[in-house]
Amino acid sequence: MAYPSDRKYTKEHEWIKAEGKNATIGITDYAQQSLGDIVFVELPKVGAEIAAGKAFGTVESVKAVSDLYAPASGTVTEVNAELATAPEKINKDAHGAWMLKITLKNPDELASLLSAKDYEKFVSEEGGQ
Amino acid sequence: MPAAEATTPTIRKTALNATHRAMAAKMVEFNGWDMPVEYPSAGGIIAEHNAVRTGVGVFDVSHMGDIRLSGAQALEAVQHISMNDASRLAIGQAQYSALLYPQGTFVDDVIVHRLGDKEYLLVINAGTREKDFNWVRDNTRQFNCRVENLSDDFTQIAIQGPRGVDLLQKVTDADLSGVKFYWVTHGTVCGLKDILIARTGYTGEDGFEIYVPSDEATSAMVWNKVLEAGKEFGVLPCGLGARNTLRLESKLPLYGHEISDTINVWEAGLDRFCKMEKPKFVGRDALEKAKSEGIKRTLVGLEMVERGIARDGYKVLDEGGREIGYVTSGSYAPFLKKNIALAYVPPELAGLGATLKVEIRGQGVKAQVAPTPFYRRPKKAKH
Repeated sequence: MAYPSDRKYTKEHEWIKAEGKNATIGITDYAQQSLGDIVFVELPKVGAEIAAGKAFGTVESVKAVSDLYAPASGTVTEVNAELATAPEKINKDAHGAWMLKITLKNPDELASLLSAKDYEKFVSEEGGQ
Repeated sequence: MPAAEATTPTIRKTALNATHRAMAAKMVEFNGWDMPVEYPSAGGIIAEHNAVRTGVGVFDVSHMGDIRLSGAQALEAVQHISMNDASRLAIGQAQYSALLYPQGTFVDDVIVHRLGDKEYLLVINAGTREKDFNWVRDNTRQFNCRVENLSDDFTQIAIQGPRGVDLLQKVTDADLSGVKFYWVTHGTVCGLKDILIARTGYTGEDGFEIYVPSDEATSAMVWNKVLEAGKEFGVLPCGLGARNTLRLESKLPLYGHEISDTINVWEAGLDRFCKMEKPKFVGRDALEKAKSEGIKRTLVGLEMVERGIARDGYKVLDEGGREIGYVTSGSYAPFLKKNIALAYVPPELAGLGATLKVEIRGQGVKAQVAPTPFYRRPKKAKH
């Protein structure tokens, strides 16, 4: 799997794509593969504050419950409502099926996240995909 | 939740372990066994589950154990240690039953097969193999009967779903149309003579379980031939993930969840498999007493009304938020496309349609007491 280089990644398997102060967040293809069939997503509401490294929601597959961790701090401006009724879209296209759009509190936070290349290396060591 | 089973020091593998890995199955530890939970490249849990509901799926269930009782007093022994009435079994017939402690709680649930005039085979759960065998041996000493642990002798393959019969018929000379549900036969399967074929399963569907020799080469040969024969029916290899969601939709109990050494037969709602007209069996006296005292909790089906998935161990609350019970099993139900659960709650709160709550991440999420089984397979015309 080639991970898009237009975004950054966390070791908890979220991605974040920033354009200026605005950013989009989702989970990685590796995450959706590890989870299996995703059947439930719980996301914060528009206006909620999320904090880097802290849980902001939950994703559940048939078998597993997993917390979602914020790659960066900010205020939620948009939530992908489609995922409430069609969570399987994450399995089909994890890098396209975004979860949140946020206004970044501090865009510098992204500097500490993994590049696509580093993330790919990280998951190949972690799971041997 | 019930106390954990004694852990097994080493992880055990079935004879099909390498085969599963070659198929890129996702492997997990289950009761001390390294088992496939799903085959992502073949479809994953939801596809596997629905293959069994609408076509056919194949499972490696070799982790299940097998105990044979044979000899002059085999029937007396089986009658003494199990709650169903094995005297009703014709040769070749099977029944769902359970082994009970003197307190009327569960050692395990079992399928009792009558293989011969004085020969019975108990099929038991993976996590309780040693416990069950020791218990059966210790509690049948007074009978003239041989007790053997055959657990490692078989690779057990389950072929489940409405097309299971068509698949298996392609690789056996046994006339399957003459084998009714919960009956067994013997026949040549994939060229292997005298294979035990049982029309049983744990999915809520029609299907078969075959017992083949447990060496790796034979096991892999049968597994591959069965999958090959099933191609025209859209067969999928299925893991423990689908096995769990299938049995949950059908309200089939799982040891350590719906039944355990702290739950009795009446609470679990397994009354119809417990034959109190049998004058004596282990657990009977306690059950008689428990019945007269009445039960304090009962197993109910829940369907989530609000968004959320109830999981094993989550608390059940009444509408006012007071804790009244717990979830034993819960999941998204892939065929019904609903979030369902089984839970123990007080009988007075268990009426059909009653609104309860499940505590999910600190929030009370509304659920409704639903009829069970959640799924019942459509009746087919008899062959």
